[in-house]
Amino acid sequence: MGDSTSPSDGPAEPRRKSKKPKCLQQELPACKPLLTPMIVVTTFALIGIIFIPIGLASLSASEQVVEIVYQYDVDCIPEQSQNDKVAFIQSSVTNKTCTRTLTVPRHMDGPVHIYYELDNFYQNHRRYVKSRSDKQLRSKASEKVTTNCAPEATTSDGSVIVPCGLIAWSLFNDTYSFAIDSKTIEVNKKNIAWQSDKEHKFGNDVYPKNFQMGGLIGGAKLNANIPLSEQEDLIVWMRTAALPKFRKLYGRIETDLDANEQITVTIQNNYNTYSFEGKKKLVLSTTSWIGGKNDFLGTAYLTVGSLCLFLAMAFIVLYLLKPRTLGDPSYLSWNRNPDGHY
Amino acid sequence: MADGERTAFGDLLRPIADPPVRPDLISLSASATAAASAAVDPPHGSRAEADRLGASLKELADADARVVFVGDPGRTDPGLALPGNAVRTAKYSFLTFIPRNLFEQFRRLAYVYFLAIAVLNQLPQLAVFGRGASVLPLAFVLLVTAVKDAYEDWRRHRSDLVENGRAAPVLDPAGSGQFQPRRWKDLRVGEVIKVLADESIPCDMVLLATSDPTGVAYVQTINLDGESNLKTRYAKQETMSRLPSISAGSVTTLIRCETPNRNIYGFHANLEVDGKRVSLGASNIILRGCELKNTAWAIGVAVYTGNETKVMLNSSGATSKRSRLETHMNRETLLLSAILITLCSAVSICNGIWLAIHRDELELSQYFRKRDYSGGDEKYYNYYGIAMQVFFIFLMAVIVFQIMIPISLYISMELVRLGQAYFMIRDKNLYDESSNSRFQCRALNINEDLGQIRYVFSDKTGTLTENKMVFQCASIRGIDYSEGKDPSPNGSDVYCVVVGDQFWRPKMLVKTDPKLVRLLRSEGETQEGKHARDFFLALAACNTIVPLIVGTPDPKQKLIDYQGESPDEQALVYAAAAYGYVLIERTSGHIVIDVLGDRQRFNVLGLHEFDSDRKRMSVIIGCPDRTVRLFVKGADSSMFGVLEKSIDLDIIRATETNLHAYSSVGLRTLVVGMRELSRNDFEEWQSTYEKASTALYGRGSLLRAVASSVENNLQILGASGIEDKLQQGVPEAIESLRQAGIRVWVLTGDKQETAISIGYSCKLLTSEMTHIVINSNSEASCRKSLEDAIAISSKFVTISSRAQNTITGSGSARVPLALIIDGTSLVHILETELEEKLFKIATVCDVVLCCRVAPLQKAGIVALIKKRTEDMTLAIGDGANDVSMIQMADVGIGISGQEGRQAVMASDFAMGQFRFLVPLLLVHGHWNYQRIAYMILYNFYRNAVFVFIMFWYVLYTAYTLTTAITEWSSVLYSVLYTALPTVVVGILDKDLSRRTLLEYPKLYGNGQREESYNLKLFILTMMDAIWQSLVVFFIPYMAYRDTTVDGSSLGDLWTLAVVTLVNIHLAMDVFRWNWITHLSIWGSIAVAVMCVILIDSMWFLPGYWAIYHIMKTGLFWLCLLGIFAAGMIPRFTMKALAEYFMLNDIQISRELEKFGNFNDFTGTEISMSTFSQTHPGFIR
Repeated sequence: MGDSTSPSDGPAEPRRKSKKPKCLQQELPACKPLLTPMIVVTTFALIGIIFIPIGLASLSASEQVVEIVYQYDVDCIPEQSQNDKVAFIQSSVTNKTCTRTLTVPRHMDGPVHIYYELDNFYQNHRRYVKSRSDKQLRSKASEKVTTNCAPEATTSDGSVIVPCGLIAWSLFNDTYSFAIDSKTIEVNKKNIAWQSDKEHKFGNDVYPKNFQMGGLIGGAKLNANIPLSEQEDLIVWMRTAALPKFRKLYGRIETDLDANEQITVTIQNNYNTYSFEGKKKLVLSTTSWIGGKNDFLGTAYLTVGSLCLFLAMAFIVLYLLKPRTLGDPSYLSWNRNPDGHY
Repeated sequence: MADGERTAFGDLLRPIADPPVRPDLISLSASATAAASAAVDPPHGSRAEADRLGASLKELADADARVVFVGDPGRTDPGLALPGNAVRTAKYSFLTFIPRNLFEQFRRLAYVYFLAIAVLNQLPQLAVFGRGASVLPLAFVLLVTAVKDAYEDWRRHRSDLVENGRAAPVLDPAGSGQFQPRRWKDLRVGEVIKVLADESIPCDMVLLATSDPTGVAYVQTINLDGESNLKTRYAKQETMSRLPSISAGSVTTLIRCETPNRNIYGFHANLEVDGKRVSLGASNIILRGCELKNTAWAIGVAVYTGNETKVMLNSSGATSKRSRLETHMNRETLLLSAILITLCSAVSICNGIWLAIHRDELELSQYFRKRDYSGGDEKYYNYYGIAMQVFFIFLMAVIVFQIMIPISLYISMELVRLGQAYFMIRDKNLYDESSNSRFQCRALNINEDLGQIRYVFSDKTGTLTENKMVFQCASIRGIDYSEGKDPSPNGSDVYCVVVGDQFWRPKMLVKTDPKLVRLLRSEGETQEGKHARDFFLALAACNTIVPLIVGTPDPKQKLIDYQGESPDEQALVYAAAAYGYVLIERTSGHIVIDVLGDRQRFNVLGLHEFDSDRKRMSVIIGCPDRTVRLFVKGADSSMFGVLEKSIDLDIIRATETNLHAYSSVGLRTLVVGMRELSRNDFEEWQSTYEKASTALYGRGSLLRAVASSVENNLQILGASGIEDKLQQGVPEAIESLRQAGIRVWVLTGDKQETAISIGYSCKLLTSEMTHIVINSNSEASCRKSLEDAIAISSKFVTISSRAQNTITGSGSARVPLALIIDGTSLVHILETELEEKLFKIATVCDVVLCCRVAPLQKAGIVALIKKRTEDMTLAIGDGANDVSMIQMADVGIGISGQEGRQAVMASDFAMGQFRFLVPLLLVHGHWNYQRIAYMILYNFYRNAVFVFIMFWYVLYTAYTLTTAITEWSSVLYSVLYTALPTVVVGILDKDLSRRTLLEYPKLYGNGQREESYNLKLFILTMMDAIWQSLVVFFIPYMAYRDTTVDGSSLGDLWTLAVVTLVNIHLAMDVFRWNWITHLSIWGSIAVAVMCVILIDSMWFLPGYWAIYHIMKTGLFWLCLLGIFAAGMIPRFTMKALAEYFMLNDIQISRELEKFGNFNDFTGTEISMSTFSQTHPGFIR
């Protein structure tokens, strides 16, 4: 509205004057779109034409992604403990190391992402998502702010837990190491968390305190000498997942993996998902422009696209079978049956 | 009658019934209006109550009245118990603002619902949203309303301050006789106040003296009742003459008057001066809010001050009705509540089951942590057992899913109606230039009802006609003079009065019959000439008209403007003036008439005002020849009863014939009679008249009795025919309404012949119509005529239906029927079992004309239709006698015309002309209905989509009501992200242009058939909502199932998807895109995006930076695009199919608008055919 700023602008005045009554009489210039056959068919055809290539592209992108998924929760329990998995995992004396070999199906371009996948773990449970203190995580000054953190707010003697809350308490603590032909593969655990979280959400002056000291151990312990902003596993874990089945980034293998290579995985199976029958999986995956392996979107686009093309055809047929001139007054109900008393 | 009891109690507390504040009880004095107001609302008031009220007035002793000592406020009100003259229209003060304003606001149910949810959310176990997010929207709405109220109140405070600070000269009570200025707010009852010309009157005062030697004062009451003509008020001679002694305080003068009441047309009091008792009436009081005109000054004594003045007692709000659409909407709201409860129950039951199944696992599940170990003893942490958990979850679900019931809809509906009202008011097609009156929206909540009207009940006089009466012809002693010729405007044949060197001539010219003019001016006493002179003398004298002399640019010429309350009287006085009987002066005691150049003074000895029982008025005149004559004029039915039949039988017969002829051409008739009073007669009358007129209470009925006793044995002088001009465009308007499928019924107080003739002239009746006339005066004959009528009508209906079968579609085969029924018959029909029969016959007739109906019967006829059908009724009228039907009908429209403001005050909408009904109903009504209907459906849909999306997510959170969408977004969703476009579309969208709607009135049927809002559409919309919610939820769900996505990111995706989707949905349904629509829709999406980004920029929220991360991925955008397409396909397909294949008048007309006159322009045809030609190629 540049013209309204200059009152001395001569021609602006009459224009405004003529505009006002039009507005008041609700006669503003307007576009009156109508769903004419042309528009309907064009729209459907256009959607079809756009969607089908996108669908194909997505499918091919998804096809290129190589993914190795290994569910180890049951596998990694020794035969004798299969009947009481919870006791096995809770015991501090059992050997929880578990070594398995995975085969690379196709060549995987680096970086290969390592994820752990939990199922049946409700990180979106109402009790759980609320149980954190963002203020405490950010600065040392707010250390005592533990609202919503119960029952992991303070230790039994009353001193605050940093980081407090159920989310931090339940930090995932299985670890993985990889080797090919007994040569260890480097796992890069740097920059697995969001940069924004590291810089602004988790303070570099906040150090873990009284963490995991309570009667019940939820998960991993934290190194009390490293500030929270460096504890990337925690940061990743604290971005709570949207769904009960979720993956979290564990680290990256920066090198390529060749097809049919045998990877030896050593898993420290520490995390207790057995008490609620949660599944644990290890996932190695490459990425593409649509993310990980996901055929759904491609299929959906193809379905919608072809449906639209079909509808375009169907409408053309319908319009040809039952042609109707648009805006013919003889179609008005009172012209069709002259004394129809509606 | 409970109300009767209440008033009875009221009587105990207050000596004179002070009716509860109700706008319909504005007037009680004129019995016509009393009947009207009593008829308004049968459970609350009836004629019986009005009578009882009158009786109670009579019984009350003088001691209960207010006693005012003139010039002595201290004695009048020693304890300062009476209110001062300060008025207070402001509602609040500084201290009371917050509590009172909150109280006012929470009277809305919607706010209570808001508050209940917010309170629920404050309980720690249920805290779904943060404190801020849950209270903010309510606080915002409350704050905005409070600020608005505060501003309005501040303005009222300011105007109060100005009003109270005005100065008026007040007589010094010390007795110096000087007037000193005093502020209005300091005025007290009993003080003597002087008002100068063109000044407002500060309080209700009894006139003591005026600048006019005869004590006349003219006031303009436009602020009070909207009537622009001047009213005359009189000071009593008794006070006029004693003014010096009164002002010196040497005479004790006291006034006994009623306690304050809201009747602006009545006042009962008497005045005691020097031991002499004088009665005071409504003509002796000037009311606050009026202005003094044409009078240099007036002195009066304050009797009612401040909030006790009649104008203040009468200020009250507009009537409230509820629109049909809103009633339907409430039905659907109940359905939505059922859905809401189902969702909540489902969630809570599922949660219970989940808890039961996982009972043993909860202990060790990291995400649940049933026990709290930190406190030593291991107590449960936030766990109260399954039953309580289920209960809490239920309540939490109500909080989370609260917007399923679209509370914001009520607020946006109010905004939309306000906007619609604004555009209706500003519509230049509803602006009446002649009376300079705009359209008025007095009721703001029934705009959309205007689009669904099926019956229009119209008054005749002042509604169909202009109520500007023009004298057309006279019948004098049975001789008809109806060959009037239009006078040339400045010709010599215009009668002028010569006053000194000035010419005074009547303002309005009337055509005169030269034969009659010659007869009047003929020399010599013929019997004929004498009668004619008496006739015109009667016309000039028997009235309450006040002549005002108005100057013209020519100093030699003045105009005589006749001001009066009855347009009939004005017409008669103008007529008399045109024939040489010019009324030039009126005071309370005498009139001066220029009789053919000879100025004569007539003493007005008594005046019996018009009332609707007697239907006549009379004056007693002392003539210059020392005879005393009684002149009476009135309706023929009332006059023929009091005429002396023995001598003039032939003349009466002849007059009756003439009257019949007049009324058959649509003229209003009045009969004039005269009697010379003998000395005895006069004295007898005078004593009873004086007694009656000084009675403090029950004066009205006493005066009526006096009048009836003297008005008899009259000699007939003649009759007059007055033309009641049709308003401009009435026939066309009626034709349009008829085409639109609206039945127009005319209810009039006029005679049958007049009504029928007006019916013809406004094209309501046509010559090919078959008339069914019902004039019966007993129940049995009514029954018979109704049965006959049904037989006739069924015969015609069968004939026409057969005709329809044989001759397919050739013209109108049906014989139109018209029912004409009179008030006497209606007495026997309404509220008896015959009603059913009347309803049956009336609904098959095309036109119904009711004549000679009383105000109560008008309402009865409206009720007849309203009770038996679902059809919407509209009543339109202008007079006090229409108030009852205006309030009875679903929509009441007042014509702000000649007959005062009562109809307007009672109405929902007011306008200047009957013909505006066509644009109002056909254009605005249609638009409003369509807009509000769509808006309701859209709001239901919009909120349902959102709730369902949250519901689907809850199914994946172990039924614990976590929302991925941030709490701020879910709060802002219906308030900010999607609210503005619905309001803008609700105000501005137009499915069809004004021209099309007026050209094809049948399009109005859309609203009558409830095509834009019905249960079927609601269910379809809801199904669409469920589909879209499934698409919005599950496409991202499936796409992100195996990824590292976090809740906040996915929540942002859902938020943006749903906001954009519902806005696109709206965009698809917009008929007319102008820049405001564009701005609001695309602006809303932009605002939503910005808000989501802003929310995700808060480091203390869990979703920090999530939107930036997810927006970087291609998956996000693909999901959005997919959602839009998949979500819209069903709706788009259905819309395309429906628009093309289901022939709908509105759709066809829209095409017609877009493609112009298709058959006339071959150019468009070519462009169309190119389309069909290109198609085969397209397929290949």
